[in-house]
Amino acid sequence: MLTYFLNRALAMILSLAVASVVIFCLIEVVPGDPASFMLGLNATDAAVANLRAELGLNQSGLARYLAWVGGMVQGDFGISYTYRVPVSELIQDRLAVSLPLAIYALLLSTALAIPIGVLAAAKRGAWPDLGVMAAAQLGIAIPNFWFAMLLVLLFAVKLQWVSAGGFAGWDSFGAGVASLTLPAIALALPQAAILARVLRSALLETLEQDYIRTARAKGLTRRQTLWRHALRNAGIPVMTILGLQFSFLLAGAIIIENVFFLPGLGRLIFQGITQRDLIVVESVTMLLVFAVILVTFLVDLAYAALDPRLRR
Amino acid sequence: MKTQRSLFIGGAISLVFLMLAALSLFWVPHEVTSLSIAARLQGPSTTYLLGTDQFGRDILSLLMVGAQTSIAVAVAAIGIGAGIGVPLGLLAAAHHGRIGDEVIMRGNDLIFAFPALVIAILITATYGPSAFNAILAIGIFNIPVFARVTRAGALPIWTLDYIMAAKVAGKSKFRISLEHILPNILNLIIVQATIQFSLGILAEAALSYVGLGAQPPTPSWGRMLAEAQTMIYSHPMLAVLPGACIMALVLGLNLAGDGLRDHLDPRLRQVVK
Repeated sequence: MLTYFLNRALAMILSLAVASVVIFCLIEVVPGDPASFMLGLNATDAAVANLRAELGLNQSGLARYLAWVGGMVQGDFGISYTYRVPVSELIQDRLAVSLPLAIYALLLSTALAIPIGVLAAAKRGAWPDLGVMAAAQLGIAIPNFWFAMLLVLLFAVKLQWVSAGGFAGWDSFGAGVASLTLPAIALALPQAAILARVLRSALLETLEQDYIRTARAKGLTRRQTLWRHALRNAGIPVMTILGLQFSFLLAGAIIIENVFFLPGLGRLIFQGITQRDLIVVESVTMLLVFAVILVTFLVDLAYAALDPRLRR
Repeated sequence: MKTQRSLFIGGAISLVFLMLAALSLFWVPHEVTSLSIAARLQGPSTTYLLGTDQFGRDILSLLMVGAQTSIAVAVAAIGIGAGIGVPLGLLAAAHHGRIGDEVIMRGNDLIFAFPALVIAILITATYGPSAFNAILAIGIFNIPVFARVTRAGALPIWTLDYIMAAKVAGKSKFRISLEHILPNILNLIIVQATIQFSLGILAEAALSYVGLGAQPPTPSWGRMLAEAQTMIYSHPMLAVLPGACIMALVLGLNLAGDGLRDHLDPRLRQVVK
């Protein structure tokens, strides 16, 4: 178990290191001089020279890279050029929107997918099963920002149940959750359909195993074998998809924040891009990559917890 | 027979869009670059079959050229992915278990670990939003997919007798890969290309929705959606049509891919439940 853990941890650190080099090179090295890029064409030479000094561009690339990574490890993401506040503060504010949104969507999608997937497997070939298969095809094909727009169209424009966007803040918990509900549904529903389909296939495969027949022969009911034995063993493929979905949810959240005008990390990145605030773009990207790689690592650990054979 | 049906339906849907895109190269009902404020925001009519947008452009024409943009970006991205990924996969399989194989596959894992859309956003943000950079960003993430599929398909073939015969006959690994391995795994690659095609359409739509894809005046489905968003209260159809096109094309490609996979590999028919 320890070697497995160390192996996975090493892989994670390696991925992070490569990711940071790639991001650093993409943003700071390849496009030429970041200072003149950020200031645009009309900048005076003095302004460019000032910014160069501020960004530490007079140092070598390696020194800047090490300073950047070293800062991030200590929670220092640099100072935003346009906002004039530490990027870590900006990230904290925006994380209060993006993280709850991603978790909300993940919970919602899992809570929907498990009962639906089990139902489809139990009623194989009947209409709940066919419904799940069709919904999963749609779930893969539908762009989630468009699905979000359709939800706005239905619930905000036609039915006028909710407002079309904006974030009410966390002063009132209920209001905060309410403003994240439509975005979370937009993210979760397509993913839930896909997850339910994966769960269904995994369950059907498990249900053909010998130990399931044994369990039934022991006198357990169909329902008991399904929930107690089959569901647990169908966990591995479901975990894999959940891990992948986190990456999708994160990317989806970045886009969907634009549909609902939510002040999250996605908005921060796009504002950074339009304002050419490379420090913000660089750090937020690294943070997102870190989140995805961390989740992959956690999924790998969860595999080992679910399936002892993988611990070798 | 069910697989035949999904291949047929999916293929038909995809073909309709491909033909509309091809047609738009030569002819569209109305020029998409000509703005006509007098004709703005009209409903469907005999002149404008699907109505016009806020600049008086014909929606049908925009959708047709948008299909062309989406398909061109996705296909070019597959070209990058397959063009680099397939040779890498063949190389890895030919040197199975050796250092080259290991380096290629670990490199693949690294790219896989990246959230694709975030990196795509990063690339298009620093190098300027354009269709070309969108192709590059999507294409890079196609490379490991094709490399994996190619390697996984090639490995079992390397153990077969006729490969041994080719080796004994003195053929180089390069020639064996090209003459014996590649033709035998072409069906796997084609199926994967269909899947990457649909993913590419989705990625292009997302990038152009946030303004990082093809730039105006080139129409794209994603940007049509972004532009329609401000008018969702007054003119919801503007927001419905481009999204429906994206969904239909992706659905069509996925169905075709599923059907094609089952059709090309009958062994799977028993396994797939």
